[in-house]
This record gives sequence, structure tokens and C-alpha cells, in this order.
Amino acid sequence: MKTLYTVLDHPATKWVLLVFVLVMPLASLLTWAERRQSAMMQDRLGPNRAAPTFAPWLKLKGILHFVADAIKMISKEDFVPGNVHKGLFTLAPLLAIGPVLVAFAIIPFGPTIFPHELTSTLDPLAPTSGEGALNLADSIRLQVASFDYGLLFYFAVLTLANYGGTLAGWASYNKWALLGGLRSSSQMMSYEVAMGLSLMGCFLLVGSLEPGYIVGAGASSKLSPSNPLNWLWLWQFPALILFTTAAIAETKRAPFDIPEGEPEIIGYFVEYSGLRWGLFFLAEFIEIVFISAVITTVFFGGYQVPFLDPDGFRIGGYMAEVNGQLVSTGGSTFKLPHALVTALQIGAFGLKVILLCWFQLLVRWTLPRFRADQLMNLGWKLLLPLALAWTMLSALFKLAAMSFGWV
Amino acid sequence: MAGHGHEEAHDETAGPKVLAVSKVSPKVRTIAVVRPSEHDVTYLEAARKGLGVTLRHFMKNFFGKRRPAEALAKGEAVEPRSRFKPAWNEIETIQYPEEKTHYPERFRGLHRLMQREDGNVRCVACMCCPTVCPANCITIIPAESDDKGVEKKPAVFEIDELRCVVCGLCVEACPCDAIRMDSGVHAKPVENRGDAIMTRELLLGLSADVGKDPQSTATQGGEGPDWRG
Ligand code: SF4
Ligand code: SF4
Repeated sequence: MKTLYTVLDHPATKWVLLVFVLVMPLASLLTWAERRQSAMMQDRLGPNRAAPTFAPWLKLKGILHFVADAIKMISKEDFVPGNVHKGLFTLAPLLAIGPVLVAFAIIPFGPTIFPHELTSTLDPLAPTSGEGALNLADSIRLQVASFDYGLLFYFAVLTLANYGGTLAGWASYNKWALLGGLRSSSQMMSYEVAMGLSLMGCFLLVGSLEPGYIVGAGASSKLSPSNPLNWLWLWQFPALILFTTAAIAETKRAPFDIPEGEPEIIGYFVEYSGLRWGLFFLAEFIEIVFISAVITTVFFGGYQVPFLDPDGFRIGGYMAEVNGQLVSTGGSTFKLPHALVTALQIGAFGLKVILLCWFQLLVRWTLPRFRADQLMNLGWKLLLPLALAWTMLSALFKLAAMSFGWV
Repeated sequence: MAGHGHEEAHDETAGPKVLAVSKVSPKVRTIAVVRPSEHDVTYLEAARKGLGVTLRHFMKNFFGKRRPAEALAKGEAVEPRSRFKPAWNEIETIQYPEEKTHYPERFRGLHRLMQREDGNVRCVACMCCPTVCPANCITIIPAESDDKGVEKKPAVFEIDELRCVVCGLCVEACPCDAIRMDSGVHAKPVENRGDAIMTRELLLGLSADVGKDPQSTATQGGEGPDWRG
């Protein structure tokens, strides 16, 4: 039993679970959802009839289209043009998809699970030892890696993904691909700065870069972290807009899709076919999921369900120090077992991520593409100064809050 | 379509604002140039407006009920639904093989060959239709008919539906109402080009397949003098 818990708590296990149970299915489903949603927005029906030949009635509103796509991409010819740089050409798709998958390591997708107490309520007032104490051993933290430098890791690793696009453009021996690769790197460079800066205010307010801590603490220590008013979307609303804009630009999708520029240059993957192109395609959708996960974690309380504390739903509680830890207590509670709370919280995380993915698709199918100069203007002349100004405002706010004892 | 509201049309008749008129030639005028204002550098207002439009369509189509296929096919309006049921959505798609739009009466479908009372082919192999066919897709090999009043019949009558441009000239050209394009069915998708060629038997049998009367109302043939004497 002990080994089982150790294996479950191992980062590799958690990463595999996260990527293959949550991320990959969600990203593949997004390829279908994008087409259906854009159809709905344009008064069409969208793909709705892929079904296995042996069960033609199994249409499921067309969800199986992503299976058909996968089969198509795998069975297509893997064509490599004659003059490409073979090594870099092969490396580029992997570089595009790898960093995103690695970056998921910092996302807390659920609370810490205490396997010995699954059926009991996690009462914060329980004694730490002796009769009635909770057995908190062998805990499994639903976050692959919690670094102190948390979101900086994300910024650093996701920058690597840009090499994928740029190298693909360079290695393809194609002018259009090269143009696409250069556009991609210039766009990434411009928006990387604004993206990092726009989160600075959040870091100042919470006092940590670690996503798990941001979710567990919220903006103020006076309110329970499960209180939606304590999530950062309210206190950092401008940052939310700035970050969402910059992050959508990072996914290289409309309205920021000049690296691809379908009607002009087709983009850095113009020479790719089959599964290699499929990797670029999938990387784009995984990035959508990842951006949604980051926005959820930083701005929308991550896995927190509104008013659901570890011991159950609580209205009118307050934060108090118990055994050296700040816990939400008091008020009227509706007690729930630990297992149910965990399930609800993981479900809430999934739901928030899906809603944000939906929002990104909505944006992608609404706004037309920016011109290159508009793009640069928006990035350097608008987002960057605004992010800087907001960082300073947040600092002032934090200073005031600290000196008046609000937080 | 509903939902695509137009902006107030700006007054076209007024023309551009005239700032000055040349004294030498009154046709030369200085006008004020209207450039798009730069007030919305953030694009926030435009983005909000656009998202509103697409969101409204999405919500309506996602939660609404699809209009009945017959109404969609005929382009008819439908009764508004009661307040307690989801409203009709705005999706216009007709799911083709299962649902079909209303076809006009003179729609030209696959060819069919008409029959006489005795079930023989009505065509007299006069070669009018292969002559007029702009796509050269009708192949007829005539043979002598047993009916001396008719003289000829097609031993082979083939139409390559892949080459046919569906112009309907063959029907116009036929002197004895032997070929028609009123079957109302489309050419079938095929995997081999040869499969798209409709033989005499297929063309004759199509009437029964689509449930149409294989016989023409025009009379034809009958006992006539044998020209061979
Ligand atoms: S419809 Fe036109 S193209 Fe087709 S067989 Fe008749 S004459 Fe030829
Ligand atoms: S025009 Fe009519 S009668 Fe003459 S060959 Fe064609 S189908 Fe037969």
C-alpha cells in the first residue's frame, strides 16, 4: 500500500495521468469543438456525421471526427522535401509540442489527497495527535511539481516552443515558411514581455510565483480561498485582460495568426505533411488548454469550487489560525467527505478550463487578423506600457493594503 | 438574415463635405476627407461588439431547436414556439441525403428512357440526341426493329453521366419523347469511371426505380406501311 501511494505521488505518474487523461483528450476534442462551435456561430451545423462503418448510428454529434482526423494524419504520406535540413525538420514539431507538455507540470489540477481519510470530513479543528486525529500520511499532491519559481518556469519553457516554429521555417528551405518562422519569432518576442509583466501584479498581491500557493491562498488572507471574491479576477481585472490578450497571441491563432497567415504565406509548417503537421496542429490546441489552465489557476481560483472548503460548503465563515495554519472556519457548514470534495474540485478545474477554451475559440472565430504593424503597435505601445503601469498600481495597492492591514 | 443588423446608412446623397470651390472651375472642389477615427486603439470596443454578435448567434443556435427539415427545405417560415420551449435557431444547413430541398419542376435529373405499351424501348435510334449532345456522351448503336413501322431501335444506348453536362438538349431534340430527364435523382458517386455509364437497361429501368410512369402520352409507331414493300 505504501509503495502504491509513493508511486501515485511520483511526478512521472502524475504527469502521465494529467497529460493523457486531461490534456490530450481535451486537446483532441477541441479540434472537433472548434469546428462545431464556429459552425454554430455562423448558422451552420458543422461536422456531425463521422461514425464507424460497423456502427453507422454511432454519430455522437460528430465527436468521432477527431478519431477520423487522427487516422487520416497517421496514415498520410510522410513527405520530406528534398532540400530541407533533415535534423531540424524532424526536431521542429517535437520542439513545438514538447515544452507545452512539460509546462503542465506546474499546474495544480486538484487539491492534496489524503488517502487514509477519503471517507471522513477534513475538519480543520481536529486535534493533530491522539484521539480523533486525522491521518494525513502518504498525501498525494495533485500537482506534478511545485517550484518556488512556478510561473517563471512556464514563461521560460514556453519560450522554447517558439523555437519549434522558427526552426520549422528555417529548416523547410522555403521562403514562405521562413517568413512564417520569422514572423512567429518576432511576435513571440513582443508578446512574451507583456505577458510576463501583466502577471507581476498578481505575484505582488499574492506574494508567490507558485501556482499551487496562488490557488491555496487567494488575494487576501482575510477571506477563504474558495470565495470567488478572493480570486484574482476581481482584484487584477486589467491584468486578466492583458494576460489573456498576450496569451492568445502566444498561441499563434487568430486574431494573432500572422505567423500562419493562411491567405498570404501559409506559415512555417507549409512543407509539413501527415503526422508531423499533426504535431504542430495538436501543439496549438494543447497550448489553448494550457493557457486556459494558467488563467484558471491564476485568476479563477484553480480547482476551488465557490464556497467549498476542505470540510464542505461553508457560508459566513472566517479565517482563523489553528495549529499554526490559516484555515477557513466558523459559519454554517454543509459537511462533505474528503473524497467528494476532491472529486468536486477536480471537476471544477476541468469545467473552468473547458469554459476558458470555449472562450478562446469564440475569440478566434470572431476577430479578424491584425496587420503586422497593428500587431506590433498593440504589443509594444499598448500592452507593454499598460502592463508596466498596472504593475506599479498593484504595488501601490499592495503597499496601502499592507500598511492599513487589509490583507 | 435576422441578426445581421445594418449600421445606419450614411447619407449618400449629401456627398462629401465641401470645404472650398475653385473660382476658375467650379467643378474643382476641396472636400473634407473622412478617415476612420483612431480613438479605439485598444480594439476593445470593436472586440466587445464582435464577440457580442457571435455569442448571440452561438447561444441561439446552441440552445435553440433546429427548424423542421421540411420548412428548411421549402424556405418556409415556421410558427414561433411557445415561450416555455427553446426558440427556433437560425441554422440554415439542410443535411442532404436525408433531407432535400424543394426541387423545381423542371429540374434535370438522371436520364430515363421511356417505354412503349409493350415495354419495348421507345427510342427509334434516329441519332438526333447524340448529334446534338455537346458533350458527346451518348453512344447509340442502331439495329433493325422487329416493328416494321418503327424501322430502328437502339441495340446499345449508353449515356456517360460523368461527361454529361446536364444541358437537356437531348430531351429537346428527341422527336418521339423517348428520352426524358425528369427522374429527379442525381448522378451517383462512383469509384470507377466505367460505373458512371448508364446502359440501356439501366435507363429503361429507372422509371420503375423512381416510381414514374414509363409510358409517354404521345402515341407512336403502330402498323404502318412497310417501306421495304
Ligand atoms: S443532357 Fe446534354 S450533355 Fe447530357 S446527354 Fe443530354 S445532350 Fe448530352
Ligand atoms: S433523339 Fe430520341 S429517338 Fe432519337 S436516338 Fe435519341 S432517344 Fe432515340
